[in-house]
Parts: sequence; structure tokens; C-alpha cells
Amino acid sequence: MALAGSATAGGRRRARLRSTAMAIARFLVVVALTYLGLLAVTFFIGRVIPVDPVLAIVGDRAPSHVVERVREELGLNLPLYQQFVIYVGKALTGDFGISVLTSNPVMTDIRRVFPATLELATLGTLIGAFLGVPLGVLAAVRRGSFLDQVVRVIGLVGYSVPIFWLGLMALLVFYARLGWVEGPGRIDVVYEYTVTPVTGILLLDTAMQGEWEAFRNVFGHLILPASLLGYFSMAYISRMTRSFMLTELGQEYVVAARAKGLSERTIIWRHALRNALVPLVTVIALSYANLLEGSVLTETVFSWPGLGLYITDSLQNADMNAVLGGTIVVGSVFIGLNLLSDLLYRVLDPRTRAR
Amino acid sequence: MTNDAQTWRAWLTSERPASRRQARLGRAYAAWSRFADNRLAMAGLFIILALLLVAAFADVIAPYSAVTDGDLRTARLLPPSAAHWFGTDDQGRDIFARLVHGSRITLFVVILVAVIAAPVGLLIGTVAGYAGGWIDAVLMRITDIFLAFPRLVLALAFVAALGPGIVNAVIAIAITSWPPYARMARAETLTLRHADYISAVRLMGASPARIIARHIMPLCVSSVIVRVTLDMAGIILTAAGLGFLGLGAQPPSPEWGAMIASGRRFVLDQWWVAAAPGVAIFVVSLGFNLLGDGLRDALDPKAAGQ
Repeated sequence: MALAGSATAGGRRRARLRSTAMAIARFLVVVALTYLGLLAVTFFIGRVIPVDPVLAIVGDRAPSHVVERVREELGLNLPLYQQFVIYVGKALTGDFGISVLTSNPVMTDIRRVFPATLELATLGTLIGAFLGVPLGVLAAVRRGSFLDQVVRVIGLVGYSVPIFWLGLMALLVFYARLGWVEGPGRIDVVYEYTVTPVTGILLLDTAMQGEWEAFRNVFGHLILPASLLGYFSMAYISRMTRSFMLTELGQEYVVAARAKGLSERTIIWRHALRNALVPLVTVIALSYANLLEGSVLTETVFSWPGLGLYITDSLQNADMNAVLGGTIVVGSVFIGLNLLSDLLYRVLDPRTRAR
Repeated sequence: MTNDAQTWRAWLTSERPASRRQARLGRAYAAWSRFADNRLAMAGLFIILALLLVAAFADVIAPYSAVTDGDLRTARLLPPSAAHWFGTDDQGRDIFARLVHGSRITLFVVILVAVIAAPVGLLIGTVAGYAGGWIDAVLMRITDIFLAFPRLVLALAFVAALGPGIVNAVIAIAITSWPPYARMARAETLTLRHADYISAVRLMGASPARIIARHIMPLCVSSVIVRVTLDMAGIILTAAGLGFLGLGAQPPSPEWGAMIASGRRFVLDQWWVAAAPGVAIFVVSLGFNLLGDGLRDALDPKAAGQ
């Protein structure tokens, strides 16, 4: 075997390199196609479904020459496929048009509001992962125990309760009645100008500039919506962790490790969890993507000035450029995280690499 | 009497069924007894049956009208009492009556989405799986594109273009919920495609359309039904979310999500206005989740305990 290996090692390495290159190429094609599909759908929503997009912009009382001018300005006199090509070209450069509501380019608006959503979803996912993984592991180890039932109930509630309602009730209890946390919004008005935005993530900005009073205020605003998102993330992550761990604990290497005399703790946390972590990375990435989406409703309830609130505000004002721009950004992040988790799976699991 | 029941059971659980009907009933009985042993699943079934009854007899059950305003001077925002079990809202309408009537809207949404999305997914999945080649590649790429989308945001964008309303909300949710069914149906079709009985039917001259419709689809139906039941909670939550954002059913329709949105304004003082519809959504979603879990365990013992 050693002999054969040395004889064809070069050839094999070349073959492996080529297959890796092929995999990457295929991967990029998938990314491009999916993104094109996303743009096709938003194009369809924005240009095809409305009976007349021009009428939607100028209103039905506009004189005919205005209608004609707007039609030409929008490029709507061109055939549909040409419109689509132009649309894709613009979207790729981040040009989603002007928001009617704020009269800024949509991309500028999104760049301003996105950090708020990122801050919320990131903290939510961290809470979900740090609580969900250990809970799931313990539930799998002590299957049928009280803790297992608790995890089950957490999951069921997480899958059944409307997030916006739970947020509303949480505000009522923890803000209005108990006064433990700050209310809706990101920061109190008094602190609004104490920090200069650097990253846009207020928790970091205040900490970096040493404004600890403002930091406490920001944290007080953040903790309730982040915990709420964290709960939903935890419900999903703990349920999946439990299922993965049950699979791993039934494997033969666990029996072998027990026969070797390893302690239960080492077996569970070092051996079984390590293997379960591979699919778990995918789950956590997906739950992060879900939180970005779940923040649409949460941000509405908590008046959190992020991308979700931007989309819903634009919706109420029929600002289609902003809605579709926001949809494309959320969709892109979604696609990106999906593919990233796919890629991570390949990197982390040696079995998928062999081919 | 007990003797009779025992004979029946023996007939149902017979190891050597004498007829196809007996075998089929026997299998159904086995699935049912697995299901009935699961207390949570029975609770789910009970909730859904109760929902169906409430929706059917809403006019009899609800003590007041769901849409006509009450006395605006004396009946606004009353706390829960014997006369108004869950209190009244800002228009003086009885919240309990509105919840009872709202169950019809919930059922309408859930059933319509299932009736649209499940057959579409089933058709696309079985055709892709059976045809293979470029048809499969194209259909699955489209499915993947839709799967890669954030569902709620996409539904939002669709409703924004179509205009708010309950029917448009249903269409938007259906458009975003068929892909998982297509994926599942395709996976099952791939395992069936090379089965001997399919070859036999093909040799007898059956067309691909007939093979898919008569010999493959029926076998995919049960797993799709389970998945649809599990998805119903998600459909209800999405519909309620759209209603909450003012994009679903329009006032004065007693849609539960829209009721929460209107109760939001006085949540600090008159909390029951927003609390009651949320509990209703929660209970019904929970019912569908429990029922779906139970169905999955009963119909597919392999997946049980996951």
C-alpha cells in the first residue's frame, strides 16, 4: 500500500485538486443560479404582478405625457427580458432605486438600518446556541427524564407561539409591570448623541468609547428582544441537538469508548458531541438566517429600527423599491448562510470530502 | 358485547388477512392504536376536533356578533366578566365571540394553503423524480431557489404586490410553502422508481403520466399529509403575522393576528384585548403540532423518538 501510494501520489493529488476545483465551480454556479432566481422572483413581484407599475407611481390622475415620461425613465417601454437584464445589472451593483418614503437610495437606507438587525439576531443566536446545545445534549443523555420533557415543552411552545404576541406580552410583563428592562427602541433619546456611530452596533460602539452609562441603557433595550429571538433559536437548536446526540450515542464507537473505560463525561462531551457538532453547525447557521427573518415581526413589536421594521414601514407606505430591496438583502443573506453552512459541513465532515 | 369486540379485534389484527379490505383495515387499525396510545397526540386531535366544531357552530356558540360594534359609551374595553368571558375590545365587541368566528378564518387559511401547496409540491416532486435528467435538474433547481428564500419576507413582498387581503395572504403563503413537499415527494419517487411493480406496469404499456398519477403519487401521499399537518402550525403563524402587520384579513374581520395588532395599542392597560387571540393562536398551533407528531409516529414508526 505504501508502495502504490508513493507511485501515484502525484497523480492522485492532481485528481483530488481537479475534483476540488470542480466542486468549487459547481458551488459557484449554484450560488449564481440561486441568486438569479431570487432576482427573477423580485423582478416578477415588482414589475409583472402590478397591472401597471407606472400608474402605481404617478397615480391615476397624472396627465398622459407624465405617464409616458415615467414609463421611459423606468425603462418599461423595453421588452421584458431587456428590463430583466438591466434590473439584474443594477441589483448586482446594489442599486435598488430610490425609496419614496425617505427619498434616499434604498441601499443607503439599508446600510443604515442593517447593523441594528445584525446586533439583535447575533445576540439572539448566541443565546440560543449557548443554552440550546447543552440542553439538547442533556435531554438526549437522560432520555425520558424530567429535563427531557422540559426540552420537549420548550420546543413545542417555540413552534406554536406567535413571536409577535410573545414579544408584546414580554414587554407588558418585564417592561411595564416589573420594570426590569428598557422599553421599545434601541437607545434612550438622552443617549442618542453620546456615541458616534462607528460599527453601527451600539453595544460595541458604546463599549469602545467607554460610555458605560449608555452601554447599560443599550443593553437594557437589547436584552428583551434578543432573549425572545434567543428562545426561538434555542427551541430549534435544542431539539436538533437532542436528535443528533441520540444518533451518535447509539453508534458503536460509543460502546467501544465505554468498553475502554472512558468516563461518561468524556464520552458525551468529547466524543459524541464532537461528531454531533458537524450537522449542528448547519442548524445554527440556519437558525441565524431564520432569526434575521424572525426579526421582521419582532422589530415591529419592539420598534427596533432595523431592516425588518424598515421593510414593514415601507410596506405600509406602498414603497415597493424599499420592500424589494430589503427582500433582496434578506434573501442574499439567507442564501449566503445556507451555502456557508453547506460549505462548513463539507469542511468539517471528512467523509464528505473523500469523493 | 365484549365477545363481539374481541372477534372484531381478532379479525383486524389477523396475521393472515383473507381479503384486501381486511388487510387495509387491519393496517389502519394498527396505526390507530399506535396513535391512540400517544396521549399528547390524542390531545392534539381533541384540539383540532374542537376547532372544527367551534368553526362549524360559530353562530350558535358565539353569544354576540363578531363584527357589529357594541355600545361605544358603556361597552368599550371591559375586563373579562360573566357577560363577556374574555372582555370587550375598543369597538365594544365581545372578544370571545370574535375568537369563535375567527376560527373559521384560521381554518379557511390552513385548508386552502394545504389544498394549493400540497398537490403542487406532490406533482413537481413526483414528475422530477420519475423523469430524471434535465427535467429533474430544472425542477429541483427551482425548488431549491424557493427553499433558499426567507418565507415570511417573500410572502410579505408578494402580498405587498398583490395588495392586502386574506385571499392574497393565502396565495402568498402557498407560493412559499410547496418546496418541502416537492423535495419529499421526489425523494420517495426515487426509491420507488426502479421497483419491480413499476417495471411491471410499464411493461403492460402504462404511460408515464399514468404511472405517476396512479402508482407513485398514492404512495407519497401519507408522508406528505404528515408533513402538511406539521406545517399547519407554521402556516397559521405566518398568516397571523401577516394579519398582525395589517396585510392579511382586513377589519372588521375577526382574524386573530389582526386582533392582536388592534389590541397592541392598549396592551399596557387592557391587556386582555391582545392576550386572548394570542392564546387562541397558540392553542390551535399546538394542536396541529401534537397531531402532526402523533401522525408521524403512528404512520412511520422508524422516525418515532427523533
